[in-house]
Amino acid sequence: MNYTFQWGVALQHLPGLLEGAKLTFIIGFLTFWGASLLGLVMAALKTYGGRIARRIVGAYVIFFTNTPALVQIWFLYFGLPDVGIVWDKFTCMLIGLTLNSGAYLTEIIRAGFISVRRNEIEAAETLGFSRIQQVWYVIVPHIAKTIYPALANFFIVILVMGTSIGSVIGVQELTSQAKDLATVDYRYLEVFTIAAAIYVVLTFVASITLALVGRWAFRVKAKIF
Amino acid sequence: MRGDLSHHLEIKGACASYGRIQVLKGVDLTLGKGEVVALIGPSGSGKSTVLRMVMGLTLSTAGEIRLDGEAVNYRNPASLRRLRDRIAVVFQQYNLFQNMDVMRNVTIAPLKIKRRPRDQVVADAKRVLAKVGLADKLAAYPDELSGGQQQRVAIARALCLNPEILLLDEVTSALDPELVNEVLDTIRGLAAEGMTMLIVSHEMAFVREVATRVILMDDGQMVEAGTPQDIFDKPQTQRARDFVGKILRH
Amino acid sequence: MLERLADEIPRFFSWSNMLLLGEAMAITLAMTLVGCVLGFLFAFIIAFTRQVPGILTLPFRTAAILFVEVFRRIPFLVVLFLVLFFIQAVAQGTSLFTVAVVSICIYSTAYIADIIRGGFESVARQQIEAAQAMNFSRWQILKSIIVPQSWPVVLPPAVAFMVGFIKDTSLVSQIGVFELTFRGRELNNMGFSGILVFGTIAFLYFAISYPLARWGQWLEKRLAR
Ligand SMILES: Nc1ncnc2c1ncn2[C@@H]1O[C@H](COP(=O)(O)OP(=O)(O)OP(=O)(O)O)[C@@H](O)[C@H]1O
Ligand SMILES: [Mg+2]
Repeated sequence: MNYTFQWGVALQHLPGLLEGAKLTFIIGFLTFWGASLLGLVMAALKTYGGRIARRIVGAYVIFFTNTPALVQIWFLYFGLPDVGIVWDKFTCMLIGLTLNSGAYLTEIIRAGFISVRRNEIEAAETLGFSRIQQVWYVIVPHIAKTIYPALANFFIVILVMGTSIGSVIGVQELTSQAKDLATVDYRYLEVFTIAAAIYVVLTFVASITLALVGRWAFRVKAKIF
Repeated sequence: MRGDLSHHLEIKGACASYGRIQVLKGVDLTLGKGEVVALIGPSGSGKSTVLRMVMGLTLSTAGEIRLDGEAVNYRNPASLRRLRDRIAVVFQQYNLFQNMDVMRNVTIAPLKIKRRPRDQVVADAKRVLAKVGLADKLAAYPDELSGGQQQRVAIARALCLNPEILLLDEVTSALDPELVNEVLDTIRGLAAEGMTMLIVSHEMAFVREVATRVILMDDGQMVEAGTPQDIFDKPQTQRARDFVGKILRH
Repeated sequence: MLERLADEIPRFFSWSNMLLLGEAMAITLAMTLVGCVLGFLFAFIIAFTRQVPGILTLPFRTAAILFVEVFRRIPFLVVLFLVLFFIQAVAQGTSLFTVAVVSICIYSTAYIADIIRGGFESVARQQIEAAQAMNFSRWQILKSIIVPQSWPVVLPPAVAFMVGFIKDTSLVSQIGVFELTFRGRELNNMGFSGILVFGTIAFLYFAISYPLARWGQWLEKRLAR
């Protein structure tokens, strides 16, 4: 192999890469909360809604989980202008990712809804809890505890898989920054290795934080590794 | 009959722990050729652990185990293999291979590990399975069998290894009274043939009948050892009197 | 809008375009299949390596764990670029299809290794101990006990991962492999409406992914009994 690594040159790009990492985290964060909200509504509709609502949510989930997020985003970015809707890249990416992740989160959250057992609610009723108290003290903690590990895991998936898609339409997150900065002095391998290392550190910190939060808030033994 | 008292298996001052908890605190035990030693004691006293330790499934932290006078080095694969080639164990939970039918469970080790000729192994297996009353269950899977049936398959599996020493862990605990007798008959037969056995059992009448010696364990230690008559009729220690009193009462 | 579509549709669904998309679908499927099957093989080796105790194998075990932990935390897109630049540095002239397959292989190895490890760990300890007591070698235990008992646990998530990965291979379009998403982008650049193009591409992915996903669910039910 006649490739000589030049880490010094590549390391000069570290500030730019970290800038990208910041945006990656922001996108991941926004997408996660948007998708969780969407997933919550969809899961509620699918579990407790009428027949038509259930059908529509079912179709949404099946469609969005069986097509690539990239194609969905390109549909928004290159397709919607044809019908007069023009969104900028960032909006397209955010909406695309949210719709995509929301479909997966619908399933995850729904699993939590289904896991609530009738007798737990009845136990709460006999204890004289009001309807709202039942939901707040019994149902919500139960669901949170059940789905927390899957949610935490999905946050990492969004942070890694999801956000890197931004580079495809030119949102300047970490992968995109790496692509651009690598061309400055052609240190492709070095710059991408550093970017990869940043991803590893970023998700690792996120994993540990989420595991600790889970342990503290829900007594969930989420695994870090 | 049981003339040869050269020590076949010898455990000296053996200790063992699970994690930080010490469960065996110095166990001494000898098993002469053709002897049947019964290990009794309350639940959790470490009887199963003694058997596991002999098989090298739980490593002892102190003391030694000798086979024919030679110390077994459990960290040496060859030494461990020689030991396991001569000793067979029937686990308390049977531990039949869930993915194999009865015939396969019984024949796999003789075929694949001991590499005996196939027709001989199959004939052997059929004979032994018939002996434990399972001739019609050859193609059944463990989850299709009752606890007692599984237990008997486990005994057959151990017997088909042609061991010199047999370790039996509460082999009648999951059986109904009728089957208890069948299994005990099998063991009786083995004892009569001169098989060396270390058995964990609470069947007093049976222990009295087949065991040459009884060892009472409590809290990872030997409390008392002697002939069945010694232990059951005139126990020396208070602990032994309590335990014997309890099992005789029910 | 409708007029434009009506005008474009006959031109878009021409023989040559259909052939192009059919070939692109085949490439998408082929690279996923080859990459994931190889990945399964390597994953198996890694999962086995992680099981062997002893000082001698410690470096291999560490390497295996590091490999799995690191590559699960890097976006597929970044892995793709790293492989691309690395291969270009050591072996110029390697086809882009090979680059894609190698990347898919690396990524699926990391994920499937973790799935297989979970399956191995699901086998009851007593089963293994019974075999050890009968002098089974490590290899024999793997072959006759662990693999037969764990594959019902391993296969469904492994299949789900592979089927799910078909969609993620859309990112391979970024390095210029002529797969489905790449061709979509190309047709869009030729002037066809984004809605028409990416709608069709999404449908084609759906046509591949949905039946396979259903098959995976069926398989899971079958094996669960
Ligand atoms: N895998 C294990 N991990 C931790 N502790 C264990 C384990 N197996 C057994 N123990 C503990 O070791 C002690 C001895 O257990 P052992 O199974 O040897 O008892 P036993 O005499 O066979 O009891 P029983 O008559 O109920 O079968 C018990 O206190 C038990 O809780
Ligand atoms: Mg026991």
